Amino acid sequence: MATFKVNGIEHILDIEPEMPLLWAIRDEIGLTGTKFGCGIASCGACTVHINGKAVRSCVTPVSAVEGQEITTIEGLAVALGRTNTSLPGLAAVQQAWIDHQIPQCGYCQSGMIMAVSSFLAENPNPSDAEIDAGITNICRCGSYPRVRKAIHALANT
Amino acid sequence: MKVSRRRFIVSTALVGGGVLIGYSATRPSRHNRANNELAKGSERFITSFVKIDKENEITIFVPHSEMGQGIHTALSMMAADEMDANWEHIKIEQAPAIDLFANGNLIKGFAGEFGVPHALMPLVNMSAFPIAEIMNLQITGGSSSVRYTGETAMRTAGAAARKMLLEAAANRLSVPIDELTTELSHVNHNASGQSMSYGQLAADAALLEPPKNPILKDRSQFNIMGRAISRNDIPAKVDGSAMFGIDAHSDDMLFAAIKLAPVFGTKLASVDATEALTLRGVKRVIELEDSFAVVADSYWRAKNALALVDATFEASENDAISSSDIDARFIKELAENNGSKDKEVGDAEAELEVAADVLEANYRVPYLAHAAMEPMNCTVHFKGDAAEVWTSTQDALGTAGRVASVAGLPESKVTFHQTYCGGGFGRRVPLLNSNVIDHATLIAMEFDVPVKTIFSREDDMQQDHYRPAVHNNFKAAFDANNNVTAWHSRFTGPISVPGASHIPYSIESQSIRVVDGKTHVPIGPWRSVDHTQQTFFTESFIDEIANRAGVNPYQFRINLLQDHPRHRKVLEVAAEAAGYGENLQEGRALGIAVQESFGSFVAEIAEVSLNKDNQPVVHKVTCAIDCGWAVNPDIVEAQIESGIIFGLSAAMYGEITIENGRVAQGNFPDYEVIRMASSPKIEVHIVESGGAPGGLGEPATPPIAAAVTNALYILTGQRVRELPIMNYEFSIGNPVAQV
Repeated sequence: MATFKVNGIEHILDIEPEMPLLWAIRDEIGLTGTKFGCGIASCGACTVHINGKAVRSCVTPVSAVEGQEITTIEGLAVALGRTNTSLPGLAAVQQAWIDHQIPQCGYCQSGMIMAVSSFLAENPNPSDAEIDAGITNICRCGSYPRVRKAIHALANT
Repeated sequence: MKVSRRRFIVSTALVGGGVLIGYSATRPSRHNRANNELAKGSERFITSFVKIDKENEITIFVPHSEMGQGIHTALSMMAADEMDANWEHIKIEQAPAIDLFANGNLIKGFAGEFGVPHALMPLVNMSAFPIAEIMNLQITGGSSSVRYTGETAMRTAGAAARKMLLEAAANRLSVPIDELTTELSHVNHNASGQSMSYGQLAADAALLEPPKNPILKDRSQFNIMGRAISRNDIPAKVDGSAMFGIDAHSDDMLFAAIKLAPVFGTKLASVDATEALTLRGVKRVIELEDSFAVVADSYWRAKNALALVDATFEASENDAISSSDIDARFIKELAENNGSKDKEVGDAEAELEVAADVLEANYRVPYLAHAAMEPMNCTVHFKGDAAEVWTSTQDALGTAGRVASVAGLPESKVTFHQTYCGGGFGRRVPLLNSNVIDHATLIAMEFDVPVKTIFSREDDMQQDHYRPAVHNNFKAAFDANNNVTAWHSRFTGPISVPGASHIPYSIESQSIRVVDGKTHVPIGPWRSVDHTQQTFFTESFIDEIANRAGVNPYQFRINLLQDHPRHRKVLEVAAEAAGYGENLQEGRALGIAVQESFGSFVAEIAEVSLNKDNQPVVHKVTCAIDCGWAVNPDIVEAQIESGIIFGLSAAMYGEITIENGRVAQGNFPDYEVIRMASSPKIEVHIVESGGAPGGLGEPATPPIAAAVTNALYILTGQRVRELPIMNYEFSIGNPVAQV
């Protein structure tokens, strides 16, 4: 049995300990906002928070998150307290994604938002070099210039 | 695999063209069918794409796939503006995958129904996907949605709806129609102060015949078009609620992991699944002609079990082929075969004979994968005499038809559920690249519950339809005064987009010919299709010619573009914005390239340096685009940024190589792409020439490779003639002084 919390709800799952958290979240729990991109922690589409810190869930076995608090894109706003938004239920970083019209196809953006949210929590006012080093997710639509602008805008609020 | 009836129809249509006749039957009242089949309660379709309810909420149906290009928003803006709708109360819906909303016949259907402005008709024949115009498809590609569907269908539908609402109001109020005005989803009669909402008029208007020639607005009358309106699909893409094909879910769903023949075109020989079948959750191992699949109660379990299947594939004559063999074949083909004519002007061969000087260069680019972020996937629920399908596709109707033909069902028995696409880039056009749909259907036919087949990233990369690898030999002739007199180009095919290899420059004699480039590697459209490789070739070689002629590459281009004012203009705008010719930061250089593709003219200027490890760094790209006019300037900018970064990934890192008949790369570490750290600043300048709207999804991709390599030449004196750039070792030491 694997036991952990996702977005505040405890799940007790009869699954193998080596099952990656990504597939437990998507196929067992049925939350599909967290995406499969590469399966080898290269692209970041599967990024979730474990105790508030960004982790690539496609290579994180559920045995490593026993008893921990997982936050997915669906629970980010609640986890962060839903502040500074025009729409109900959005975290500031999600609102910034709308303000800067960032997503194109949008497939990578759950992971990108989770990565940036965790990054900004640790470094609220990053330089461009720190953004380059800290945000390594892949976006094939090329939203990087807008993501960078949004990070700087969030840093200034 | 069964022969696809759809493919057969395509061939017939291309040869005969007679199938067009059937589509004129859509006259005169497509919206009547929409009302019969789709309208509920007080809702009324006024024209095919516009539905109005009593509360005056207007729904616009968009017959294109949303894969990041903002098309749901842009096309809805076009219809809404023409009907003077209140944008705040517009609802946007994906048009259902039924033939009523086929966009393949839009051009012809609407041409018959309303009369397309004549000037637009020549554009129709320039589509990268001419097949779509005559087929029963809902294809999204060729940067064509705004140009064709938008201009000929959505605007016309909006204008027709407005006219019908005006007529209904005139009848209701018993006043002459020319005393009525429209604004914010209302018809107003200013003389009497009366006003009626479109919702109040919809039921009457729906009974009228659409006008044959609705008058479209002049640009000065636009209220919605031309504004940077926020995209409607973005809120769902920031909170995890946007549904992609891979997100199809049901409690009884099964999951398939698949192993396809690693050497293209070979067949499965033997399978021993004894061990795999003992694993938890594994239901079946399915053997197909060219593959095998494990079906389990979770994708992860299916994928794990797949690795334990002991299988072999038949040997093939392609088992020993590697990229070096393909290169050698292309080189031989170019040396021995004069190929077939692409363009001949004057006598380039004769000019080369008498030239004072000849410049020759060999260029090449490798195969490329699409690597869309959403790995290929398809969910099929086969019910014996019917099927339901969920997948991300660039052609909903085409996908439904494909499933029908594989499953042996009538198309009417296949229900298709359209989702957002996690990237398209040409990968998700089933007419050209249907392997995931075909296999998912065959697997699902073995079960009575929904089965979701997912390609792993490795499957996605190794079972793609690739941008073709291409070689191009160039020769240029110069007279005694260093004037270029002939352009001679020979390249490996095929030609998918006529004209991509042509140049806008006034060179008197030109000979452009294509030789056979067919190999066992499957190819398909890749964002901007032939323009991506051809623009790297032609815009690099013109730079070489300029340097040989001793003329600054910018001035050289301007001098030879007398007959192409739109090319000239974007070059001038980009050059001025980039500070071309002014003092640059030490160690940096500007490279330029310009190309017309899909109806848009794009100039890009890349500012490049080498870092301390002598690796190229692209600091900034300045882009000027003439796309006629911009329906939504912010979407235009986003598409430019996207196209440049997509092209830059390919230029810097993109390379699919063949080893032992199969693709050597499998995932992002072997197929690196631009990330935040390697992403340049991008500055976009929209040049509004007022011409017909140009495409946007693709035209920013072609120029970037040559813009970067032309800058690298100035920096290092090294001419990059083969992509990707990462395969070169650069050194500062022989920089080229700019004339």
